[in-house]
Amino acid sequence: MSRQSVAKAHQKIQELSWEPLYHEPVAQYGTDYTFQKAQKKDPLKQVLRSYFPMQEEKDHRVYGASDGAIRGNMFRQVQERWLEWQKLFLSIIPLPEISAARAMPLLFRNVPNPELHNGQAIQMIDEVRHSTIQQNLKRLYMNNYIDPAGFINSLRNFQNDYCGTIGRQFAEGFITGDAITAASIYLTIVAETAFTNTLFVAMPAEAAANGDYLLPTVFHSVQSDESRHISNGYATLLMALSDESNHQLLERDLRYAWWNNHRVVDAAIGTFIEYGTKDRRKERESYAEMWRRWIYDDYYRSYLVPLEKYGLVIPHDLIEEAWNQIWNKGYVHEVAQFFATGWLANYWRIDSMTDEDFEWFEFKYPGWYDRYGKWWENYNRLSTPNGHHPIVAEAVDYVYPHRCWVCMVPCLVREDMVMDKVDGQWRTYCHEMCAWTDTTAFRPTYEGRETPNMGRLTGKREWETLYHGWNWADVVEDMGYVRDDGKTMTAQPSLNLDPKKMWTTDHLRRMGPLLSPNVILNEMSDDERKAFHADYIKQGPAGRPAPADK
Amino acid sequence: MTSAKERSVPRVNFTDAEAGAKEFPDSTARRYNYYTPQKRKQTHYEDVTVEVQPDPRHYLSQGWIYGFANGEVGYPLTWTKLKAWGQDKPEPERGPGTGGGGKGLDWPAHGWHEFRDPNEEWEMTLYRYGANVVRQLNANIDFAREAKAFDQWNPNWVHFVEHHVGAWMHIEHILGLYVFSHANRSGPTNMHNTAIVANGMHKIRFAQDLALYNLTLSEEIEDFDGAAHIETWNSDNAWQPVRKLVEALPAIENDWGESIFATNVVFEPLVGELFRSNLVQQAAAGNGDFVTPTVVGAGEHDYSQRDLRMTIAMFEPRASDKEFAEHNKEIMQGWLSKWVPQALEAARALQPLWSQPDFKPPRFEDGLDRAKARFSGIVSDLGLQVPKELNQ
Ligand SMILES: [Fe+2]
Ligand SMILES: [Fe+2]
Repeated sequence: MSRQSVAKAHQKIQELSWEPLYHEPVAQYGTDYTFQKAQKKDPLKQVLRSYFPMQEEKDHRVYGASDGAIRGNMFRQVQERWLEWQKLFLSIIPLPEISAARAMPLLFRNVPNPELHNGQAIQMIDEVRHSTIQQNLKRLYMNNYIDPAGFINSLRNFQNDYCGTIGRQFAEGFITGDAITAASIYLTIVAETAFTNTLFVAMPAEAAANGDYLLPTVFHSVQSDESRHISNGYATLLMALSDESNHQLLERDLRYAWWNNHRVVDAAIGTFIEYGTKDRRKERESYAEMWRRWIYDDYYRSYLVPLEKYGLVIPHDLIEEAWNQIWNKGYVHEVAQFFATGWLANYWRIDSMTDEDFEWFEFKYPGWYDRYGKWWENYNRLSTPNGHHPIVAEAVDYVYPHRCWVCMVPCLVREDMVMDKVDGQWRTYCHEMCAWTDTTAFRPTYEGRETPNMGRLTGKREWETLYHGWNWADVVEDMGYVRDDGKTMTAQPSLNLDPKKMWTTDHLRRMGPLLSPNVILNEMSDDERKAFHADYIKQGPAGRPAPADK
Repeated sequence: MTSAKERSVPRVNFTDAEAGAKEFPDSTARRYNYYTPQKRKQTHYEDVTVEVQPDPRHYLSQGWIYGFANGEVGYPLTWTKLKAWGQDKPEPERGPGTGGGGKGLDWPAHGWHEFRDPNEEWEMTLYRYGANVVRQLNANIDFAREAKAFDQWNPNWVHFVEHHVGAWMHIEHILGLYVFSHANRSGPTNMHNTAIVANGMHKIRFAQDLALYNLTLSEEIEDFDGAAHIETWNSDNAWQPVRKLVEALPAIENDWGESIFATNVVFEPLVGELFRSNLVQQAAAGNGDFVTPTVVGAGEHDYSQRDLRMTIAMFEPRASDKEFAEHNKEIMQGWLSKWVPQALEAARALQPLWSQPDFKPPRFEDGLDRAKARFSGIVSDLGLQVPKELNQ
């Protein structure tokens, strides 16, 4: 049996394809797309007989490397600046991975080609692999890295922190709402095809540069499965394109999915790579440079554009706008600055930037120092408790931002902020595209067409709402971000582990209460709100207050 | 250019970021503190699976952020009619100034969260097990081929394997993909859904094992008809009631509990084991076949040693639920009454197969009695009553 070629074996298992004779399988997950049944080839060409040993072999390498890293004292050379951000990343990513597994059932009934289901089932198993192998990596960090705080409460943190909520779009977006929008366009066509390169290739490279060669071993192993998933998505996309009536929905979903992925993934991974590294070699690619190569050239130019001839409407304007955000509007820098402003609401430590970092930023992003330099100097100055408050409550020329109702990253590029009353509530959006997602895309009609299966945006989407009027110390205790002495905070605005130099909840007691920007916005009179908006869009960059009117 | 430019590589620095290098609050905290283990110690399996799927009744303070068009969000507990204690208590309400709601919250908030897969399946175990099975089967079949073992088969047995063992591949495939894989979006916790994937994977693999074995036989046995199984599955009268039943399982309306229960508690012992253990495994050796039992036995082992154990751990606690035992028993008894007659009808339709091989297996009725006894044992392990329909 082992002598049979994989191609022949794969051909044989096509005989398993099921054509229902007595009962149709239940149609649990709705879609507004229509698919015509057509003979289709399973692009994965994967048979479990060779798949299991192949994956097991990959596992051997991963677990071998894990043992080796511990025996070789890897943690003596790991940069804490880098590993701290893994407390965030590895709290988020196992859910997107397992959600990708959970997304496959959304496709079974809706894509009526049994040949494709084999590939989807393999992807499902791959995703279980990814989720648990990443959980395992995190466990190893918890056991072997100097500061386990933030790892030991990882999944609690993930569930009650605003960053976790932002990250959950990259998970719930795969499995909820219109089945094809979620499991095909958002998950495979955009998240996997466009953004896994930054996640699973750029991140590992940066990890290695920071002394961690374990994360690359795990994530390269994960990425080696990803190309198969991309072929799954491609096959489904071509089928969707062959039905003219899907084109309008494809256009909508590509715009939504592209923009949301950009907002979420670029915010997180951009920050890890630019602000979580100690590698400041000038030849080291910046996130913007990587983005240009992997996302603009490889995804947009090489993958998306050729699909235009099949009738796919490509969001050229949004690809350019995402680049504009990253390159001209400092999107990643604004996000990193916000993370650091709100360090006390999180569960990892954020290192200060040094002169060496400043120099690198200025080299890679000319004009960086004028925008962000002063603020980071203040961050450094305020990093050890010394009678002052955490930076969020000190006068450092920074206006605490409103949150975007859709992507839930704050409205950081202030001039782009959009405000609207939707479903009886005043909401702010970071960009007109996020506003469109709420007001136009996630609705039961779209451009006059019924879209009864489209999903809904739900939940308490502004984190601050829950803690409106609370003392910060109580907020941190409520979330559980306190160390085992009962008061030292899990989060710190520096890497200093001297207990006398660490922030405690006692320091927070003296601060004013946390206030919800959205609650306040809804309490304003119409005139106040107008004035607020006019002021907000004149703020920035780097969160600076609007210049005083002359 | 031949002159080697100095390669730019990141500097390696001594950071001493190793566990134990300093003492500070939490410096010795080395276990996950957000869940309670099932036994005294947290297991590796629990560490990599528990709480990955969040719950608004626990720490998920902002709630699910996407919904379906009908308003359902996340993993609704209503996706099965079974209930677990605590689930009727309302979810904590969050709003302006309520806080995250995690403080003082009883946990687990409901009984579903107590489930742990007794097989402790996760990445490492899944691949080790899968790889071991396929390696073993490959070795067995290679050995048989080298030993010319297939030459021993008599024509009737060739026909039997061609048609009937072949037909079984379709069943495993449909159940693996459209019952189990389908249900991995539905269960209330990550432990449920991961265990369900593992079960689905066993079946998909077994289906492929049978298909590729069939391919080998077409290569090794002259005149072996590798497509006969399709014809049998599509139109052989003995198989049509089985097919009807198997297709009814993925057609169950939005109740993952019923799908898995009907498959693993009813179909598997009454039809699956009846065919695999009480027919194929009993008849093969007498007909000179030592190979088919190893292929079929791998699937049999998946069910009897792993999937059934998981199923009992999943459903027994609902029958003995501290709040909903009566409700759940009524539901599950209803499922038994609904599915047992269909399973018996399917089982009986297979009877003609017992007379096909030259060397006859033990009588059909004896096999069916054994299957019924096995089924009754499972039912009582679950704390349920053997349904009167079993005597039909
Ligand atoms: Fe993945
Ligand atoms: Fe946004």
